Amino acid sequence: MLVLALDTATPTLVAGLARWTPDGGADVLAERAVPSGTKHAELLTPAIEGALADAGLALGDVEAVVTGLGPGPFTGLRVGVVTAAALADARGLPVVGVCSLDAIGSGARTVVTDARRKEVYWAAYDDAGRRVDGPGVIRPEEFGGAGPFAGDPAFAERLGSPVTPAEVTTAGLLRAAAEQLAEPVGAPLVPLYLRRPDAVPPTSIKAVTR
Amino acid sequence: MTDEPLVIGFETSCDETGVGIVRGHTLLADALATSMEEHERFGGVVPEIASRAHLEAMVPTVHRALAEAGVRAADVDAVAVTSGPGLTGALLVGVAAAKAYALALGKPLYGVNHLAAHVAVDELQHGPLAEPSIAMLVSGGHSSLLLVPDLAQEVQSLGRTIDDAAGEAFDKVARVLGLPFPGGPPIDRAAREGDRHAIAFPRGLTGPRDPAYDFSFSGLKTAVARWIEARERAGEPVPVADVAASFQEAVADVLTAKAVRACRDHGVDHLVLGGGVAANSRLRALAEERCAAAGIVLRVPSPKLCTDNGAMVAALGSRLVAAGVAPSALDLGADSSLPIDVVSR
Ligand SMILES: [Zn+2]
Repeated sequence: MLVLALDTATPTLVAGLARWTPDGGADVLAERAVPSGTKHAELLTPAIEGALADAGLALGDVEAVVTGLGPGPFTGLRVGVVTAAALADARGLPVVGVCSLDAIGSGARTVVTDARRKEVYWAAYDDAGRRVDGPGVIRPEEFGGAGPFAGDPAFAERLGSPVTPAEVTTAGLLRAAAEQLAEPVGAPLVPLYLRRPDAVPPTSIKAVTR
Repeated sequence: MTDEPLVIGFETSCDETGVGIVRGHTLLADALATSMEEHERFGGVVPEIASRAHLEAMVPTVHRALAEAGVRAADVDAVAVTSGPGLTGALLVGVAAAKAYALALGKPLYGVNHLAAHVAVDELQHGPLAEPSIAMLVSGGHSSLLLVPDLAQEVQSLGRTIDDAAGEAFDKVARVLGLPFPGGPPIDRAAREGDRHAIAFPRGLTGPRDPAYDFSFSGLKTAVARWIEARERAGEPVPVADVAASFQEAVADVLTAKAVRACRDHGVDHLVLGGGVAANSRLRALAEERCAAAGIVLRVPSPKLCTDNGAMVAALGSRLVAAGVAPSALDLGADSSLPIDVVSR
């Protein structure tokens, strides 16, 4: 099955194409990893077109879509999720959402990514690579869990431990999606926000005169 | 008839998720989901709440629009989307979705200006726009007076609010009167029982040296709040209906006077109203009265089409297709402060 994988949960967006089989795993055909900062919306569609061109394929060849659901900065995250939902809807394809942290690194590890506001998103995995804790959001100084850490090395100092640089990959997204790809259930794509929206009700109804 | 382009339009600039479908000037579907209720207790739109709601509502709203129009996504000839102005995070949900549908369907994409779309929507009800027209757009997000020589290519700003949007003033006055959010409809309702000449509230920017086409509602809003506070301090009851009617009169008076003046100054005899505040009954009545007296043809879309919706975006998209305007590139983004003279990009 030809799968298009997308992720916009980190500052590097990913658009990849892979041939996936239930027993053989994923054979990655093309991958665009684009440092995109806050320009996910501008860069994602061209990255998808680029990956398709690299693989010599057309969107019409794609049979399923996989997308990272975060956690990640909300605005960019939503760009990837809504793109996956709309592409799949327009072409009548199954779409599968996975925790983006699952697609970073492999084996026993604690994955950390930038959650802004001096915090990290994190999740912990056992020897078999299964997520056993998280995802969560925390200040790195307060993180009590053990390494080894993988993900954003910028947090090494504040974690008090080295962080092996690792990013979201197409192979990682496919690995995280394997169970759902084998049996897509058509669940709606709900981002892993992990934080409530910033919204403070007005404290005084007379705020208008100030 | 079937030669006319089938256009789907996406609107997510504020708290309404709108997906509209038109064929030429014919409205086929106008599906809407709103997160208004979730913002109510905050007394204003919370951007992150709106953005989350857009994502949730996007695909279901597309399905409702397609069903309502009785067409398949594959039948669509072009995809249009509001790319600005508006709330960045909210805009981006619509822009990303529209780009994905355009890419997946292999159809051209048009990133359009929300304000120009407010003008275009009237073509769905009253046929091709007279050009040039003057357009006045008033809502919770905008208060603009526009000269429209060519809706597909050229829209000029004549004036705009220098502080609050007209709709914001309604929301804030409603709050001090203890009326619900959004403030437009409850003030309109309360005003029906009131005397619009009861209180002489100030008319902002109407002095001889003031800019002719700019608006200011901040002073009015403060004047209303002060007036109510003085009443309360004196231990007197607040005549809600009279305050609502007098406030509404001040807004309608300024808006219609400036719009009619813009028509006269530019030798234009067509005025189009748009935006949520254009649903206000007193504004509509006064605009009709003053336009009739000045020999101006007034065009006001029905209230549902005045507020933000997807049909208006589809309407402008259809207009752009018909005019042969070049589509947008797929690296289109959102521009929260997209200038009005950029109709599409
Ligand atoms: Zn609007």
